[in-house]
Amino acid sequence: MKEILNMKKIVKTYILGGEAQIVLNEVDLKVYEGEFLSILGPSGSGKSTLMNIIGCLDVPTKGNYVLAGQNVADLNEKELARIRNREIGFVFQSFQLLPRLTALENVELPMIYSNISSKLRRKKALEILERVSLSDKTKNYPNQLSGGQQQRVAIARSIVTEPTILLADEPTGALDQKTGLDIMKLFKDLNKEGRTIIMITHDTNIANYSNRIVKILDGKLTEEQKDNEIKVLRRDVGISV
Amino acid sequence: MFRESIKMSWNNIINNKMRSFLTVLGIVIGVSSIIALITIVQGATNSITSEISKLGADKITIQAMGTPLKSGLNESDLEQISKVEYIKGASPTVSGNSSIVYNDTVIENIAVQGKNEVYFKTESENLGSGRGINIVDVENETPVAVVGSEIAKEFFLGENPIGKEILIKNRTYTIIGLLKPTSGFAMGSTNDVVMIPYTSAMKSLGIGSITSVDAYMDNPEESDTIMESLNGVLSESFNYREDAFSVFNMQDMLDTVSNITGMMSLLLAGIASISLLVGGIGIMNMMLVSVTERTSEIGLRKALGAEPGSIQMQFLIESIVLCLFGGAIGFLLGVGIAFIASIAIGFELSLTYTTVLIAIGFSAFIGVVFGLTPARKASKLNPIDALRHT
Repeated sequence: MKEILNMKKIVKTYILGGEAQIVLNEVDLKVYEGEFLSILGPSGSGKSTLMNIIGCLDVPTKGNYVLAGQNVADLNEKELARIRNREIGFVFQSFQLLPRLTALENVELPMIYSNISSKLRRKKALEILERVSLSDKTKNYPNQLSGGQQQRVAIARSIVTEPTILLADEPTGALDQKTGLDIMKLFKDLNKEGRTIIMITHDTNIANYSNRIVKILDGKLTEEQKDNEIKVLRRDVGISV
Repeated sequence: MFRESIKMSWNNIINNKMRSFLTVLGIVIGVSSIIALITIVQGATNSITSEISKLGADKITIQAMGTPLKSGLNESDLEQISKVEYIKGASPTVSGNSSIVYNDTVIENIAVQGKNEVYFKTESENLGSGRGINIVDVENETPVAVVGSEIAKEFFLGENPIGKEILIKNRTYTIIGLLKPTSGFAMGSTNDVVMIPYTSAMKSLGIGSITSVDAYMDNPEESDTIMESLNGVLSESFNYREDAFSVFNMQDMLDTVSNITGMMSLLLAGIASISLLVGGIGIMNMMLVSVTERTSEIGLRKALGAEPGSIQMQFLIESIVLCLFGGAIGFLLGVGIAFIASIAIGFELSLTYTTVLIAIGFSAFIGVVFGLTPARKASKLNPIDALRHT
């Protein structure tokens, strides 16, 4: 299996009130192509900070981070923007769609920043929207879509650039249970199609959809559960995927 | 990328119609007042200079104040002036006042001007009918006269004056020509004048020397050289007393007028640009509000891979689009005001490409200058903080 993400002794400290606070403490993490990884932790555990660093929205204070063969620990803002554009697809809890753009235009947005011609953008965006079963909603504005549909537009937007990693931050957090399950099934399908997914969540049930779980507590990665263990858990709670 | 930015800017303007309109109002007022002022001043300048040009831009006027020994110019001076390079002729004006009698009508105090054939040759367009004074008339002191339009009206009441005889200083003159009415401009108007050969005028009005000469140039481009030569000739004639004469060039007067109006339009434009400055501050304020409002949008765009430069570009384009929009409205408004003024004051509206460029240039400039700070602020936002901002 191809290694696509390798973090070594990642440390992140923040200065709060003149005092250095260690948010991530020597985190080691490897992710391989085709994995569906959950990072599970309660709030304040440092999982958001870890997500920001994985997503290249932030840089570590110390440590080594190689993403898709590039060392990203000490890149400048412009280079980080390029990495985010090419290697990462973000899915947020609150969808983060631009309200004045249609579903189609929202999906096209990341491709604007990779200088893809408008014709090709349209073509790709339509294809991806069909993949998330929203072909009939392409001209709708976000406020004309349900929460689940909005999140599917956001997922379409995150994969349209064919990034190395799909990075999801509590993707079901703003959805009701049933819609949340639909979204998780979509993630599962995308993973089966070969997409590498990293999901940050505090919800064990949601984490159980993935095939590997790492737990984070007080800035340290603690425990790993592999696919066969999770299958047992899934059977216990009655998840059937 | 560029096209998207323009499209997004336009959407933002449309979505905030009232706010955009009020913000842009400052630019509209600034640009429209600059355009209106420039156009009005330009139009007025054009009509003033064309009036002056009618008096003859190719003419140099010599005034002789004289010295105690020599009260003015004489025939040989006139000849010297004519011989100066690029001068095609010199026309003296000997003027005096006299009462004029026709039949039993007497009118006192009429301006009588002595002229020569050069005047009628070079300014032949002034002659309405009949003929002008020619060289034979001058040499023989023939008693002939050319009358101005007002004089003709007063004496002859619509009859054709040519061939009639009038009495000036007890000498009978035959009218041979009628001058065209000239515009109301006081200077150089010939409506109330009777012109006779200058030789006759000097004798009958008892004038000893010529005090005013118009020298006509072949080539007004060479006016500096000509002026220099004329000064040389005249100072020699007046024994190097520089205060005995003055040489005056119409071209100089034109230059002076355009200098004054140029300064005036600069001054007015300067005042108008204060309102542009205020408008620019309005733009900056709106853009800052817009950046704050759209913090999470900026965060998202950054997460999707927008470089700081493209965020800055987007907001800068937005500010420029806003200003150009205001500039376009202001331009139309300004031209409208100038058009109304041109009808009210009575000059020809002159719209130049420069004016259009000034409107575009000023508004784009304001857009860049006052959009830069908000755009930089947007580009420097930290994506994590920006995303959290909802």
